[in-house]
Amino acid sequence: MWRAVLRRLGSGAVVLWAAATAAYLALHLAPGDTVDTLVGDGPDTPQIRAQIAADLGLDRPAVVQYVAYLWRLLHGDFGRSYVLQRPVADIIASQVWPTVKLTLVASAFTVLIAVGLALVSTGRGRWVRGLVSALELSVVSAPGFLIGVLLLSVFSFRLGWFPVSGDRDASALVLPALSLALPLGGLLSQVIREGLERALDEPFAVTARSRGLTRQALLWRHALRHALLPAVTLAGTLIGFLLSAAVVVERVFGRPGLGQVATDAVGAKDIPVVLAVVMLSAAIYVALSTVADLAYLLIDPRLRKG
Amino acid sequence: MDVTLPVPAAAPARPGRLPAGLPIAGLFLALVAVAAVAPGLLTHTDPLAADPMAALQAPSAAHWFGTDQLGRDVFTRTVYGARYSLFIGLTATLLSVLAGGVLGLLAGLAPRAVDEAISRALDVLSSFPEVLLALLFIAFTEPGTPSLILAIALAFAPRYGRIVRAQTLLVRRAGYVEQAVTFGLSRTRLAWRHIVPNVLGPLPILATIGLGTAIVNASALSFLGMGPQPPSPEWGAMLSESRNYLRVAWWSAILPGATLTVTVIALTAVGRRLQARFEGRR
Repeated sequence: MWRAVLRRLGSGAVVLWAAATAAYLALHLAPGDTVDTLVGDGPDTPQIRAQIAADLGLDRPAVVQYVAYLWRLLHGDFGRSYVLQRPVADIIASQVWPTVKLTLVASAFTVLIAVGLALVSTGRGRWVRGLVSALELSVVSAPGFLIGVLLLSVFSFRLGWFPVSGDRDASALVLPALSLALPLGGLLSQVIREGLERALDEPFAVTARSRGLTRQALLWRHALRHALLPAVTLAGTLIGFLLSAAVVVERVFGRPGLGQVATDAVGAKDIPVVLAVVMLSAAIYVALSTVADLAYLLIDPRLRKG
Repeated sequence: MDVTLPVPAAAPARPGRLPAGLPIAGLFLALVAVAAVAPGLLTHTDPLAADPMAALQAPSAAHWFGTDQLGRDVFTRTVYGARYSLFIGLTATLLSVLAGGVLGLLAGLAPRAVDEAISRALDVLSSFPEVLLALLFIAFTEPGTPSLILAIALAFAPRYGRIVRAQTLLVRRAGYVEQAVTFGLSRTRLAWRHIVPNVLGPLPILATIGLGTAIVNASALSFLGMGPQPPSPEWGAMLSESRNYLRVAWWSAILPGATLTVTVIALTAVGRRLQARFEGRR
């Protein structure tokens, strides 16, 4: 068991290290010189150039620079923004909370929607199933920004139930979180329903029923636990999706957050900021999918030997 | 957004029952293809012709999808937009299938060290969320159609690479390949005659389903301003332009978006059907 845990943690660390290295290479092989970018329209003399290069350590050997870069990353130092002239870590720290809040609420909604849809449609007649399937296919296929714009136009502009943009209070969180949760919930509920139906065909389900357990009790107490297992394996992909979609949804609802930071930085060619956001999301992805893998080991004893 | 995922789980179509929507999906895709190739057949208006006097009109017989903030006909723009979405989606998918296919085959056929290296590289690439990886790529280039295509291709290549590698390993261990080895077939001949065709068979189908995902992601990036620049009638860019007028004119944002969604649903439906047939399910 512990060997398996260590192996997962190790491969997660290797992926992160490789991602950091790739980011470093991308930064240094990119067309355009860092010093050129920083000099910009300002005064341009060899002395100023040498000063900038010395400040950034660009005059040192590449290997030293690389090691120093990894060392700084380990300490949460992502360098300075070209455009805002502030440490990237500060910019991210000030914007990370709205995104975390959004993704957490969205995850909770996702689970509710997925389990709800799956429980409602399992083993029902053609009509209910067809309806639920059509709904799932629509929300899964619709781009996140369309769902956002639809919700916005109905619930904010028509009905006036929720604020149109910003991040003032909890009510501003509902629609963005729903826009993220609907496609994910639609996806996950298909997996859970399949699992529920398979569990209901198992001998233990027949036994429980023959002992007089009600259908509902069987579904909730026994089948659901089996059905959630395959959903856990999907967790990594779902997290990646959530992080990707959050960037777009933040834009739709004019919310502050990392997505806004990233899109602004791409527009301004503020590479250190873009890199930091992308690296951070890769780190979150790797960390959470490692946790999901470990959770799977805990839940399913059959995998512990590997 | 990601419609390729549920492939193993979500094939709820029971054996023998053909989904009723399939012919409709095919018809709609044909219509989108016509719009992409010859938009003039479906509309006679100019997608860029502004008419400020007729701005933000609701859908009517004259303007099926209404007009936008500059008085441009939204239906015409949606028809012309098909070209962008299909072109970007198709080329990006083609590139990512090609890159993923070559890498996956290499990983599956080459010695262990090469396989290790390619697999790890794919792991690293796929640990970046797709939209963010694409954004990173665009940050190093210029926003616009070419870098959008490359960014999407880069973001999706690892996925195909992994599938092709797994498929290659599977085929390599198949009985007929082992038979061929015992008959003394050379390695290259074996690879070309037996492994490559069997590995690549399912790829067009995966690509059909992946095309929908690529189109959605491309339009999401366009929505963020990373794709074709205004006034190009790309669907995502149209939505982004119209978002500020949502209070008074829902149609100019939602109808292009709905067209995009229906296109993706149709692609997914056709792709899943093809997949079911390919795998021998009826």
